Amino acid sequence: MSAFHTEEMTLNMGPQHPSTHGVLRFVIKADGEVMREAIPDVGYLHRSIEKIAEKVGYHGFMPYTDRVDYVCAMFTNQGWAMACEKLAHIEVPRRGEYCRVIAAEFNRIASHLLTVGLMGMDIGAMTPFLHALREREMINDLIEELCGARLTFNYMRIGGVAWDLPPGWRDKALAYLDHLEPILDEFNALFSYNKICIQRLANVAVISADEAINYNLVGPNLRASGVNWDVRKDLPYSVYPEFDFEVPLGRGEWGTVGDAMDRYMMRIREMVQSARILRQALTQIPDGPVLGKVVRNFKPAANECQVRVESARGDQGWYVVSDGTGFPHRVHVRTGSFAAMGMIQKLSKGLMIADLVVLIASLDVIAPEIDR
Amino acid sequence: MEPLSIYQALSSRFKERILEISDKTIDPFAVIEPTALLDVCTFLRDDPELAMDCLSNQTGVDYKDRIEVVYHLFSYKHRHSCILKVKLPRDNPVVATVEGLWRSANWMEREIFDLLGVTFQGHSDLRRILMPEDWEGYPLRKDFVEPREYHGIATVRESPIVRLDQKKK
Repeated sequence: MSAFHTEEMTLNMGPQHPSTHGVLRFVIKADGEVMREAIPDVGYLHRSIEKIAEKVGYHGFMPYTDRVDYVCAMFTNQGWAMACEKLAHIEVPRRGEYCRVIAAEFNRIASHLLTVGLMGMDIGAMTPFLHALREREMINDLIEELCGARLTFNYMRIGGVAWDLPPGWRDKALAYLDHLEPILDEFNALFSYNKICIQRLANVAVISADEAINYNLVGPNLRASGVNWDVRKDLPYSVYPEFDFEVPLGRGEWGTVGDAMDRYMMRIREMVQSARILRQALTQIPDGPVLGKVVRNFKPAANECQVRVESARGDQGWYVVSDGTGFPHRVHVRTGSFAAMGMIQKLSKGLMIADLVVLIASLDVIAPEIDR
Repeated sequence: MEPLSIYQALSSRFKERILEISDKTIDPFAVIEPTALLDVCTFLRDDPELAMDCLSNQTGVDYKDRIEVVYHLFSYKHRHSCILKVKLPRDNPVVATVEGLWRSANWMEREIFDLLGVTFQGHSDLRRILMPEDWEGYPLRKDFVEPREYHGIATVRESPIVRLDQKKK
């Protein structure tokens, strides 16, 4: 009998594949079910946000930052605001900083809920997605009350935030946290510790700490590989030093340190820590103004700076060059998804095609953040 | 180590190949000779005192007379960072790739090539990343003019309302 005939197939996945988390495309070279390589093709969501910054001025750019990463827009707001404040040496009132932290940490929980829910959907479980989105809706309601928007918040301003917490909001927020913590345990019982979930995620696409650093992975993806680095702890900004919280690290309980299961569990554990920060912030929040005095005709002197914020997708770097006019000379956002996406070609070698979906979901890649 | 002492260390080792150390900006940086880039970066990565194991950001800036490529290096081991810059001529910006030192440079250099037209010598896969493959020009350059159409699709739409308003005037 002659040898079984095999040949390399080239497959197209995307740009409108439901599990690619936005519009992005892969060219997959596969031998049967096993990939030799998956080559990402990005740029479908390129809206030239960095070029727009050079045209609209400092204040006017704030709503555009929402679109950099619309799943966690509070952090892009904050990154931009902090960069401008660093350029012009502006102090943010303490209540403003607290409002920022509260809004941002709620946004982190909302973003992670989407991530863990999508992970379920990507590996074929629809129900966990609905459970996660149900909880995320309530955060959207809270944030809507805060700033009038549910996705592209445009909440922060250079020098503080646009709106103070509405009357009664604090109690609602605390009540939500009381509700969320037991729900996370329930979600773990429903999905995270489910045998199928563990078998699909454990030992898949293991990333070592050295590789993660070399490829510039950030945030939960980096910490899942055991690197203890969180901008909120290690390069403290805003009022984060005033809160007591832990930085969860990948432990490889179900497989190897740095596998997809570790990256998935990072999100669950970070939600618990965010809830912990929120409780402290909501009880300690001082009185006072939320927005400092900033001139409308904002013209920082020629200078340049970089700020780093810990977004839901990790260390986000804003590099801003000013030239003394009312428009920035250059704005660059270094995002977590861009680096993670750049690593997929390497990680995909030898994976099953079905595991590519797990890999994308576990790295929490959001397409608009890659393309900007 | 503080960035400024890192630059001092570089300057004592590489002498005149470190062209400038700027401490006037909020984040100080060092400007190095483009030909010295690989030597300086290899030293920064491999020296145990410096151990810059991560290229955390790489980007380009167009000035009217030059293009600068900016490298934000970071050390997870020592938790310090530094910023390097190379200044390249606008008509033919070419510099060596650092992809061999930090893999993260692969995509970031593709982006700089795509948007600013800097060529990275020795790069394994230097092609456009965000713009379409057949795009002409480099959009983040200051003198870039947006084409009126792309494959027969207009990029500009005149507003009939604005046109009527202009007529009234």
